[in-house]
Amino acid sequence: MDCRVKPGNDDPILDRDKRETLQETMTDPRPKNEAPARPDRALRVLLPIAVLALVVALWEAVVRVGHIPPYVLPSPQLIYSTLLSDWAMLSAALLVTLTTTLEGFFLAAVGGVALAVLFNQSRVIEYSLYPYAVILQVTPIVAIAPLLLVYLPQPAAVLACAWIVAFFPVLANTTLGLRSVDRNLADLFRLYGATRWQVLRELKLPAALPYILGGLKIAGGLSLIGAVVAEIAAGSAGAGSGLAYVIVEAGYRLNIPRMFAALLLLSLTGIVIFFALSLVSHLLLRRWHESAIVQEV
Amino acid sequence: MPAPSSAPSPPAIAAVVALDGVGKTFANGVVALARLSLDVRLGQFVSLLGPSGCGKSTALRIIAGLSEPTGGRVEWRETKSADDAANPRRIGFVFQEPTLMPWATVAANVRLPLKLKGLEADAPARVTAALARVGLADFAASYPRELSGGMKMRTSIARALVTEPALMLMDEPFAALDEITRFRLNDDLLALWQSLGKTVVFVTHSVFESVYLSQRIVVMTPRPGRVFTEVVIDAPHPRDQRFRTSAEYAGYCRLVSEALAEASSVSVC
Repeated sequence: MDCRVKPGNDDPILDRDKRETLQETMTDPRPKNEAPARPDRALRVLLPIAVLALVVALWEAVVRVGHIPPYVLPSPQLIYSTLLSDWAMLSAALLVTLTTTLEGFFLAAVGGVALAVLFNQSRVIEYSLYPYAVILQVTPIVAIAPLLLVYLPQPAAVLACAWIVAFFPVLANTTLGLRSVDRNLADLFRLYGATRWQVLRELKLPAALPYILGGLKIAGGLSLIGAVVAEIAAGSAGAGSGLAYVIVEAGYRLNIPRMFAALLLLSLTGIVIFFALSLVSHLLLRRWHESAIVQEV
Repeated sequence: MPAPSSAPSPPAIAAVVALDGVGKTFANGVVALARLSLDVRLGQFVSLLGPSGCGKSTALRIIAGLSEPTGGRVEWRETKSADDAANPRRIGFVFQEPTLMPWATVAANVRLPLKLKGLEADAPARVTAALARVGLADFAASYPRELSGGMKMRTSIARALVTEPALMLMDEPFAALDEITRFRLNDDLLALWQSLGKTVVFVTHSVFESVYLSQRIVVMTPRPGRVFTEVVIDAPHPRDQRFRTSAEYAGYCRLVSEALAEASSVSVC
């Protein structure tokens, strides 16, 4: 056995290393995985759909067989036709709620990350402001919303609500992420005389990225909740606007099918936001982060 | 049988860095180093050998400037300009773990020191050259998680080499690797050392590794860490498998093991 110094690629051991790794990288994700993954993935999609179909069918049957009046419980069929007939009004309301939600989410994302970076750079600022961020978070938003409506015009108040609920998870997660930097890597940056800005951009922010994305995923759902809460608090005072307002108003009129139709749209909005953020997270992390890597057993 | 000497080799060439009575006491009262004196001469391969927790890593971090000594002095050889290629303060550091950025490719990881120092001009060529030196030319676009443990460590060594440092500081770099990979990296490290003429300070707790690699082994006592004795390994380079199985090697290993056992019994861990 000869293990002499031979820098280069012709070494048997390095070659073995290489072959293993090449196999891992090249054959691992697709061909081997596809066979067992496909039925599993199909089940993950098909089973919830089957459950949904079953529940809807049962619901329809119960309403028809029991002759339940629509103001008590509308049938799925009626909800669907209401969705179509009221589409003009519902879609306008959806657009309002969606806009508020996305604006709130965007401000929360930018504000949360920016504030976390600021806290990370200055202890004085962190100690001074962090408690108030917590207070803003722990005070129930339902209780803050009416006050905001007193001082702000309705659209601004709704936006402020969406922002208040959504920004804290971004702030908290980003703060945690910025602190979870590998100590040796931090030393390495110090060794090469990295500036504060370089440490932040090249080390802390990339290291915090999985945490930030986790925070954003939570914030996406919460900003919708914030927008809805504020619309409901605004109630009939609100000049006809978002989906939550439609629900409140339809409730007053005992227009139950419309309540369900609006609720359905809200729920779909939440689902779309969640999947969109999951997709973004997956695309950003798939090459390197453990959470996004499919492990073969 | 070799005739190992316990005295340091004659100071033919000036020390590039000298620790003079260096002490380090941590804030929690732990005395990591006490009156540690050590010369590292130009082009030398020196190992710091000692049991875990004897302050070897602390000594290395003090040389690197990552930690301030609480006593004594660290003296560097005078050089004309700060960015002179021969400036011993141009340091490459290899940690016990590969310490790679998981979000960056192998090439981007190796490029990092150049980026941080603003030496971007011929960066791609230098990165390619550094990767070729450690046998990873084909893996520039891979991510660290796609590499084996040995290859991660090679990437880490390439990153340390990319700035063409005068002094390489290595903190138990191969401790977590399997023996086959470790032997191979030992060989490659020696080849690099010979072809590049760097000064290397190598921290290890393996007697066999230190004898195989070094020209000089500094045996340290635990808690507080200080130099117990020095052993000069007077075997010619290049060393290879024949040296690893020779009576000379075995003799040195016994000698160093005995020195280490004595050093460990000096103070109670």
